[in-house]
Amino acid sequence: MKHLFAALVVSLSATLANADTMKMAVTTSFNNSGLSEVLLPAIKQDLDLDVQLLIVGTGQALRLGEAGDVDAILVHSKKAEEAFVADGYGTHRREIMYNDFVLIGPKADPAAIQTTKSAKDALAQIETAESMFVSRGDDSGTHKKELSLWASADLDPAGFGEWYKAVGAGMGASLNTAAGLGAYIMSDRASWLNFANKSDLAILFAGDPVLFNQYAYLPVNPAKHPHVNTDAAQKLEAWLVSDRAKTLIDGYEIGGEKLFTFNATR
Amino acid sequence: MNDIWAGLSSAFWLVVNGDPDLIEITLRSLQVSLTALVIASAIALPFGTWLAIRRFRFRRTAIAVLNAMMGLPPVVVGLIVYLLLSRSGPFGVFGLLFTPSAMIIAQVIIITPLIASITHQAMRDLWAEYHDLLISLNTTPGQRILTLILDGRRALLTAALAGFGRAIGEVGAIMIVGGNIDHATRVLTTAIALETGKGDFALALGLGFVLIALALGVNLIIHALSRTEREGRW
Repeated sequence: MKHLFAALVVSLSATLANADTMKMAVTTSFNNSGLSEVLLPAIKQDLDLDVQLLIVGTGQALRLGEAGDVDAILVHSKKAEEAFVADGYGTHRREIMYNDFVLIGPKADPAAIQTTKSAKDALAQIETAESMFVSRGDDSGTHKKELSLWASADLDPAGFGEWYKAVGAGMGASLNTAAGLGAYIMSDRASWLNFANKSDLAILFAGDPVLFNQYAYLPVNPAKHPHVNTDAAQKLEAWLVSDRAKTLIDGYEIGGEKLFTFNATR
Repeated sequence: MNDIWAGLSSAFWLVVNGDPDLIEITLRSLQVSLTALVIASAIALPFGTWLAIRRFRFRRTAIAVLNAMMGLPPVVVGLIVYLLLSRSGPFGVFGLLFTPSAMIIAQVIIITPLIASITHQAMRDLWAEYHDLLISLNTTPGQRILTLILDGRRALLTAALAGFGRAIGEVGAIMIVGGNIDHATRVLTTAIALETGKGDFALALGLGFVLIALALGVNLIIHALSRTEREGRW
């Protein structure tokens, strides 16, 4: 009962203490990586800024930015981001860091992608073997990346048969589906390492440079939406490219594996 | 089966340790759904009763529409409320999106038809009994509604509890309009969806059991307070 009361007081005082707040839409993969749990407390400490995260797919994140419902977005789909800036919804695009995508599949590896040289070949072999493949199918950054890889192998998912399953869900939910079906799937490394229900799946292919996944920060344009918290968005951007952020991002590991590489231009 | 045991034990430890995050999201779940319930009841109970006693031209149509609206898909309600409250939408200036108020608005829309419809069903039968008496006493429509609500309170309690059940377990709408923001709009159901997405079934299920226990607790408390199901008093 004491605890309950204490928590009540804390939650009430938290709403009363008026630290500056801003809303940022981020991709599920960024949040699933657990990096936000390291960065947000540091931001709160350094800037006295509460960053409220909306965890959505890249497609929805861009829509939230276009509508002016968030102050900034942090996503990973270069083409869509450039269009976002070109249409005047964002002031600019600032690259912050990258991680990489990996191809995951059943340990038995029926399509034998472990020995392939490139991501393109790996996907082509999955198509030839018609092994079950789970696609995000939700217009997210990861989904767009997957589609561009199929295109680079001269294949079109629209013509695939039953084995290609577009589930239309977030990374975690898609991984759950792949684990249940024993299917191949493409995931960002961070989501995979943090994913608890791995069952019979394992990383079968990684390391091709085309699989690198660049995250960029885009503040929403105050000319389109005068109510956005531009001050906070600018402070946050300055922080994200600072040495403090670099140390935290480069130092973030899961199970001894480094996940993100800081590469912001300063 | 192992997952279910893991879920039960994780629920047990979450509650025993008084996990501060759990307490926070549980209180927010209660705050949102109970507020939505109070607002929805204030609209739906008089409206459902009025619909039972009042004869007008499109009454059948109105009742059919009301009954159909019981099945409103929460995710569609969420999307519509999102578009209305979005900064680019008609009510954007209020800045309500991604706040508990937005979640309350969405839940009010979802549960009002349900409560009104159940109220109407119950009040129709009661009205058949009271009709002659209330007419012969030359009561005003307001007095009739009040009498029916007071004497039909047991049935109305059921209606309200059905609404509460739908609100507290709902995830589709509040996920869209609340955004599942940690320490701001995260509630039990959206936390469950999040943990499921992370593949942490034990924690998700643990939260699920807490949610079920909460719904049960609220029902028992309301019954106790309103002294139903007691000898000689039902």
